[in-house]
Amino acid sequence: MTSEVADTASAIAADVRTGKRTAAAVLDAHLAAIDAREGEIHAFNLVMSDDARAAAGAVDAAVAGGRDPGPLAGVPVALKDNMCTRGVPTTCSSRILDGWRPPYDATVVERLRAAGAVFVGKTNLDEFAMGSSTENSAFGPTRNPHDTSRVPGGSSGGSAAAVAAGFASVALGSDTGGSIRQPAALCGVVGVKPTYGVVSRYGLVAFASSLDQIGPFATTVADAALVVEVIGGHDPADSTSIPRPAPAITATLRDGVEGLRVGRITDLPEGADPDVLARIDAAFDALCDAGAKVVDVECPAFTYGLTAYYLIAPAEASSNLARYDGVRYGLRVPAADTNAMYMATRESGFGDEVKRRIMLGTYALSAGYYDAYYGKALKVRRLIADDFARAYQHADVLLTPASPTVAFPIGEKTDNPLAMYLCDTYTIPANLSGDPGMTVPFGTGADGLPVGVQVLAPTLGEPTMFRVAQALEDAMQGGRG
Amino acid sequence: MSAEVDMIAASAASAYGTWELVVGLEVHTELATATKLFSASPNRFGDEPNTNIDPVTLGLPGALPVLNRHAVELAMRIGLALNCRIQACSFHRKNYFYPDMPKAYQISQYDVPLNIDGWLDLPDGTRLGIERAHLEEDTGKSTHVGGVGGRIHGSGGSLIDFNRAGVPLVEIVGRPDIRTSEQARQYVNELRAILVAVGASDAKMEEGSMRVDANVSVHRPGEPFGTRCEIKNLNSVRSLGRAIDFEARRQIDLIEAGERVRQETRHWDEGDGTTHTLRSKEDADDYRYFLEPDLVPLVPDEAWIESVRAALPMLPAARRTRLAQATGAAADGEAIAVVVERGQDDYVLAVAAAGGDPARALVHVKEAYAEQGSLPAVPAADLAALTTMETGGQLTATQAKQVLADLVADGGGDPVAIAGAKGFEAMDAATLETLVDDAVAANAGAWAKFQGGEDKAIGALVGAVMKASRGQADGGAVTALLRARRG
Repeated sequence: MTSEVADTASAIAADVRTGKRTAAAVLDAHLAAIDAREGEIHAFNLVMSDDARAAAGAVDAAVAGGRDPGPLAGVPVALKDNMCTRGVPTTCSSRILDGWRPPYDATVVERLRAAGAVFVGKTNLDEFAMGSSTENSAFGPTRNPHDTSRVPGGSSGGSAAAVAAGFASVALGSDTGGSIRQPAALCGVVGVKPTYGVVSRYGLVAFASSLDQIGPFATTVADAALVVEVIGGHDPADSTSIPRPAPAITATLRDGVEGLRVGRITDLPEGADPDVLARIDAAFDALCDAGAKVVDVECPAFTYGLTAYYLIAPAEASSNLARYDGVRYGLRVPAADTNAMYMATRESGFGDEVKRRIMLGTYALSAGYYDAYYGKALKVRRLIADDFARAYQHADVLLTPASPTVAFPIGEKTDNPLAMYLCDTYTIPANLSGDPGMTVPFGTGADGLPVGVQVLAPTLGEPTMFRVAQALEDAMQGGRG
Repeated sequence: MSAEVDMIAASAASAYGTWELVVGLEVHTELATATKLFSASPNRFGDEPNTNIDPVTLGLPGALPVLNRHAVELAMRIGLALNCRIQACSFHRKNYFYPDMPKAYQISQYDVPLNIDGWLDLPDGTRLGIERAHLEEDTGKSTHVGGVGGRIHGSGGSLIDFNRAGVPLVEIVGRPDIRTSEQARQYVNELRAILVAVGASDAKMEEGSMRVDANVSVHRPGEPFGTRCEIKNLNSVRSLGRAIDFEARRQIDLIEAGERVRQETRHWDEGDGTTHTLRSKEDADDYRYFLEPDLVPLVPDEAWIESVRAALPMLPAARRTRLAQATGAAADGEAIAVVVERGQDDYVLAVAAAGGDPARALVHVKEAYAEQGSLPAVPAADLAALTTMETGGQLTATQAKQVLADLVADGGGDPVAIAGAKGFEAMDAATLETLVDDAVAANAGAWAKFQGGEDKAIGALVGAVMKASRGQADGGAVTALLRARRG
């Protein structure tokens, strides 16, 4: 289970800023937790002990010198290994990036560092974030800290596991179709996908550019809010970044849900397990008890999202991953001529799932097939955005399961890509519409494993979404879940 | 247009026989921005290889493009100068693998380009349509070593310079309105003049900052257009004309021999003066264009468009017309073309404004100012004074030329003083009459023939006067006197 080190980022930062604890001591406790359990969990591709010690020392020196290191002073943070860190290997859990060290930091890395965060390591993921179990990693799977025979979810499984195991106080993941929210549910932590454009993608290795969004994992809703406030806000280096400051979430976090309309989707596709659905019902009840109103809404987006997603995301991926050609960086497998070198490099460097999606996407964009596949998927995407807009006329937020099931056994779905894809049925639509969504742990289901509730809100509806999440967390902690 | 070029055009036209040539040109021009289209690296030609690079230029994982506002502005200048409509537009990815293409896709514009539906007028007034002028990024530059003819196939290895990768380009797609190779040459010359005039590009074909591809087909008038071939590797305006004429002949010969023209891309070989198959249509890449998700739509508002339009300089055609009106010379004549191309038209107008004779000023500038650039050293007032001396009969044409040479060599001076120093004195009418009297007396035979109606006999008489005056008599005035005397 989760380690005793699991104190919150807010508490750590408050202690470090006031000199009650040193960043070095906080880091040591987390490194000790890593030493104790990383061997069985494999959350990290790289533990950055030395860099982390130097960073913690700098934070402590700042405090000693009377300077404020920032709102995340001394907070140990894990980074999904698809975010660029200057001079530190960034692998995307793929052999094709073998040996590559980025010459620059992602914007989120710069912002976290400027806020006093201490990076403890780069976490494992499904190769190039393609997967729902972290089993598609070239470096082996990550295991769920709640039951190491099971997956942590994915693709940000390493980050979710790191927070759940107390290896880091918070972690960053990326969410293209549910890659933060689904592993958060399976690992029993909070996970947030902000509105598309709230967090800069500069330095996030692209999977599907129009869907990718960075967000936090945390043990509390308040910590997740704090991280979004630090990493969010306009970045001129990302043209799709929304030209506004980060949303102010913390200020209204505890304003309650009195009078809020919480939508129950009447046409939600079947497939969720009864133990999961029972917890969603309990969540509706808890919110009612807190003064919210439950309203029934239709939202066909959930029925059509998956198919549109599996054309759009692979199409963009096929183009985004074309640059891994062995010419400039990463793996190069020598061959007789350039074309043969491309093929040998990509054949050897990419795993099966990545190859599958590159082929799917290439096909969907091909002359003669574009209109029937990619073009049609774009139209469905437009309709999905309309579906949500209509639903949000009647409801302030929507509540669904984050995952149809609790954590499943390692190996259960690896031979069945379609079964794996269905893991993301409830999370994908918000990526297509660009709206925010987050997972809040809400008790346990089968085998005592965590169940997560997904709270969805309209574009830039983060403050309301977080209020609802906070109400659910309060209900659980007050024994009202 | 020189007489020689006229003849080439005429021979080419007749070489097409009963066939009509149809040409559409695609011109890529590098924009003269300080930085690249999507990153802050310098856009500079000739630097050490791989020094003007950054994560965006190299397509490193996680790097994202940010559109260069100045590049958009220069592209809008081109569009406005070519009478295009500027519209809200978007960027697409054109996907293909090539070692000097860092992302394995080129960010370009596809179905909705920035500039559409314009035209360009040739100096003779022929109007040629412009389909579109869109923004895109350049690729890096490969140097294939150890192979044949600089091609990648069969080479021992390749060196790649990414300095050029991400340099902003505008591709100007002309409609298939060109009917002769000479029109194609004029189109490129005029386009180049416009690009330079609006400050969008230095447009140097030899440095590759302007690259021209020609789509060539032939058909019989009244019938549908023939199958076209695209010709690449045209490194000069001269190559363009030669390649079009060769390709037209090749296609006509094929059809007349009962064969068909295959749609393909062909490579112009400057050495043997022929085109060769580069790749056929069947080998063409499927570029899998789709909307670039890392960029947002580009929507230039009216205020921006109008501010760009207001800041446009006068274009070459308007400047030619203005200079022609001021000097009385033909607008499509050589003197006007040369002087406007050198940017010396403002100077000629300044000479006129200083009281000089515009027609004489035009000729002097054209003949003597080749090395002077757009801001000649000779003060306009000095050249004006020289033309005034000519107009007043104080200098002969020969003398004026000598004074002008001194003016140019010294960067100005007082023409009256220079003429005086050279001993060029105005010859009064009485002196001239005396010299003519002497010449007629001394060349009685020539005078008799001239009187008898043999006009060319006047040459000997004028020559005698010029000799006697040591070249200082005005040949025109002497001729006039002799004719008046004949009656």
